Amino acid sequence: MKNFYWIRIAAFGACLIPFGQLLYNAYQGDLGANPIETITRFTGSWSLIILLVTLGVTPLRRLTGWNDLIKLRRMLGLFAFFYVLLHFSTFLVLDHFFDFDRIAKDILKRPYVTVGFTGFVLMIPLAITSTAKMIRRLGKRWQQLHRLVYLVGIAGVIHFYWLVKSDIRRPVQYGAVLAVLLGYRLVKFLLPSGLPRLFNRGTSLKTTAE
Amino acid sequence: MLIKKPNEIRSSEITPRELYLNRRQFIRAASATAISAGAMLSGLDASFNIGEARAGEKLANVKKSSYSTSEKLNSLKDITSYNNFYELGVDKGDPAQNAKYLTTRPWTVAVEGEVKKPKTYDIDDIMKLSPLEERIYRLRCVEAWSMVIPWIGFPLSALINQVEPTGNAKFIQLVTLYDPKRMPGQQKSIFGNVLDWPYVEGLRMDEAMHPLTILSVGLYGEVLPSQNGAPVRLVVPWKYGFKSIKSIVKVRFLEKQPATAWNLQTPNEYGFYSNVNPEVDHPRWSQATERRIGEFLRRKTLMFNGYGDQVATLYKGMDLKKFY
Repeated sequence: MKNFYWIRIAAFGACLIPFGQLLYNAYQGDLGANPIETITRFTGSWSLIILLVTLGVTPLRRLTGWNDLIKLRRMLGLFAFFYVLLHFSTFLVLDHFFDFDRIAKDILKRPYVTVGFTGFVLMIPLAITSTAKMIRRLGKRWQQLHRLVYLVGIAGVIHFYWLVKSDIRRPVQYGAVLAVLLGYRLVKFLLPSGLPRLFNRGTSLKTTAE
Repeated sequence: MLIKKPNEIRSSEITPRELYLNRRQFIRAASATAISAGAMLSGLDASFNIGEARAGEKLANVKKSSYSTSEKLNSLKDITSYNNFYELGVDKGDPAQNAKYLTTRPWTVAVEGEVKKPKTYDIDDIMKLSPLEERIYRLRCVEAWSMVIPWIGFPLSALINQVEPTGNAKFIQLVTLYDPKRMPGQQKSIFGNVLDWPYVEGLRMDEAMHPLTILSVGLYGEVLPSQNGAPVRLVVPWKYGFKSIKSIVKVRFLEKQPATAWNLQTPNEYGFYSNVNPEVDHPRWSQATERRIGEFLRRKTLMFNGYGDQVATLYKGMDLKKFY
């Protein structure tokens, strides 16, 4: 579908909007009284949002039968990694200013940092193996490896849930979305044969993977 | 009790100005480059809401105080736009946005319990109860950030002395207004309440009588803005910020230690005392350092927020790990 080219361009632009807004606000000196906290929260939220959107691609493709959607998945996943990278860099540079002793202590002693850092580390092999060449080279194992993204999603939501002081509404909302997205896969896994048509309108992944 | 002058922060502990300025330049330059590369988007406009009309009125005849620190003040904008005041919303910017709902007249403060002269004060009488002083204090939030704020108020002891506590009065409890119309954060939500309303706090009597403990009715020479806890709030500078209860309507003198809001919410994270203590971490994050709002590098948190010379004797012999 020729039109899909433009959809990809639009999705690419949309993923850059939060980053652009952050830069614009930084340039305007408009990041509030605690800019480092603002940047940390902003990049953290968008990491999770884009990760959830990425996890939504496959269910949406299967529910609608719109197979082209798969062409957005890698880009979305890499954008999620981009925002996680910004988030982690903020922690490393702006928040702790390369105080590696303190950073190491935080990662080991603070469960919310431990789980967040774990999620970040798990994303690295996924980003590295996202090229067409790696997909070919890893074959069947590529798909197995990339199931790690489920753990990344869980780590991200737990990270958020554990760091809030008392208002758990937003982490719970993200958790609910994640539960639906992972629940879909679980149901599909548990009902391998005689799948309801609803679950399997799209064609098999192999024929559409890039 | 020996009351010494507050100790000054050594200049070596203050972030050098160049470093701080460089950070701004760096962020500016980096973002400018990236913006010219393409992304031009509309930002959020910085709305800066000071609350109802009464806030901003000048307060007359304010004395200086030797308890004030000479550290660099945070700006009025920082102090009035970055607030933890869940009754007006849970995000830092919410209280400034919702300040307009919190009207402060009429307003009364009921003083009751173990006192010989219980009395309900009108707020305008509270404002005249004792000569107003400017107290420039460090404020250390339990979330590991801090500010320097020029409060205006008077020692809480002035109020306590007027009502004459009985021999049974060992603690005081302070209560915030409960009025979901004026405090939209108190409105019921399908997700449940963030805290049990009304917000309650408490002090031991010697803490309440300590000369550093004040009731504040203003800041920066003006009437207290709603988002900072108008019309009258507590300020206890050696304790985490949440002890300094806002928008007080009741002061109760008690024989037993009263319940406090954050302790009710999460007892293992927030104790009754909640003295600033770099050696006792919050279960989920470190309290060893803090970010002074407006500074880039974190600074070391000081025992009792740097007020140890004045208050350490209150806790002599107490295990502060146990009584956190």
